[in-house]
Amino acid sequence: MATLTATTPSVGGLSNEEILRYSRHLIMPEVGMEGQLKLKAGRVLCVGTGGLGAPIGMYLAAAGVGTLGLVDFDVVDASNLQRQIIHGTKDIGRKKLDSAAERIADINPNVQVVRHEVALSSENALEIIRNYDIVVDGTDNFPTRYLVNDACVLLGKPNVYGSIFRFEGQASVFATKDGPCYRCLYPEPPPPGLVPSCAEGGVLGILPGVIGVIQATEVVKLLLGKGQTLAGRLLLYDALQMRFREMKLRKSPDCPICGPNRTIHQLIDYHQFCGVPQQPLAPQPQPAALEQEIEPRQVKALIDQKAPIVLIDVREVHEHQICNIPYAKLIPLGELPKRLHELNPADDIIVHCKSGMRSAKACDLLRQNGFLRVRNMKGGILAWSDQVDPTVPKY
Amino acid sequence: MPKVIIPTPLRPFTNQQDAVELPGSNVGEVLQALTTQYAELRKHLYNDEGKLRSFVNIYLNEEDIRYLDKEKTAVKEGDTLSIVPSIAGGLAWPL
Repeated sequence: MATLTATTPSVGGLSNEEILRYSRHLIMPEVGMEGQLKLKAGRVLCVGTGGLGAPIGMYLAAAGVGTLGLVDFDVVDASNLQRQIIHGTKDIGRKKLDSAAERIADINPNVQVVRHEVALSSENALEIIRNYDIVVDGTDNFPTRYLVNDACVLLGKPNVYGSIFRFEGQASVFATKDGPCYRCLYPEPPPPGLVPSCAEGGVLGILPGVIGVIQATEVVKLLLGKGQTLAGRLLLYDALQMRFREMKLRKSPDCPICGPNRTIHQLIDYHQFCGVPQQPLAPQPQPAALEQEIEPRQVKALIDQKAPIVLIDVREVHEHQICNIPYAKLIPLGELPKRLHELNPADDIIVHCKSGMRSAKACDLLRQNGFLRVRNMKGGILAWSDQVDPTVPKY
Repeated sequence: MPKVIIPTPLRPFTNQQDAVELPGSNVGEVLQALTTQYAELRKHLYNDEGKLRSFVNIYLNEEDIRYLDKEKTAVKEGDTLSIVPSIAGGLAWPL
């Protein structure tokens, strides 16, 4: 017994092509014509087209969200393809925005894609986000996450949050009316170096798929105005245990941006806030007896000359299994403090990792412990592959 | 004994265990037992002043202890404490 509603909008209806395309939505009472038109009128900004942004963008396009803004300035790299399924092998080297927009147009040409080829910043965030109804956070770093949060709170836009690490993910909805925000959950970011990053820690390729699809689901529900969203709840997912858990999330009375005594009234410098310098790190004043960095080709020359150097690999055991430099001694960074006794402060020590970041930390640690003849192999084993031995695979 | 669920980023400091059962009658005591057993965890959970770090949340079952009695929150047999740190994935961080 179908009933006709008199509230069906007369303008901006669906074409016959769209009616067929969205038929599995239209026959559900929770969506129907009214809901599908809400999706079509929806304007959603997806920050990032990477691991999380890929499934978010693809599903929201397929679902018929009318306007999808995409923020990204990155280029597709082969190491992205393990999880960023909006991009393909043919797209390696292309701008992610081009690749993502093309894929979305193929999935659903009715979607209007708005490209924002910028790094979201305090200077442009409000101007960009202002034009959208909902923001989906697919970012991979703390400065942008706090920026997105603060901009959404200031503009009163819901912020659909997801975050991933190795086998674990988090999702929630922040900055809804009367709902908590990311700063209610975490007032401050961890200092750089205390929490491992994904490039160091890795991520299960499917994980951002699961979390991104949860985010896309929340966007659709917010646009439809149906169901219970994750506002006020923090969803935790552990893929190894295959377990979902849920924590209560409250609006913090002490929140510096959405609390009653808020101290933040405008966007701030998020790199400074997160302790991440935008400029390359200045050389540290160290009484080092040697230059602090050395190129892989110079290391190879020293090895060939049989110079008395000690080469240390501070990557993890499973990375060492992927590829290694035969002369290097493996001491994973986390074990280094306990294994200093295996090293001699009088030796010329060269440290390497995958790309040079962890080995820089290792060099700092060694210098603090009295090892002064320590150098960091610039660019890590990736640069070794470029400069010395191309048979060493990159990962 | 109450169970503490260890998140992935902190498992290297607990011999890769994802959950540890520890004695204690309140949250502070259980965390004290945890960081005594796994000393390297301490600096990840507490700052130099001995306060829980602001990017690490502790939940008793489903509730954030900040809204209970903080570290004095009583725990009993069968309770689950979760350590939930902020995480960020994808590219290298810090950039």
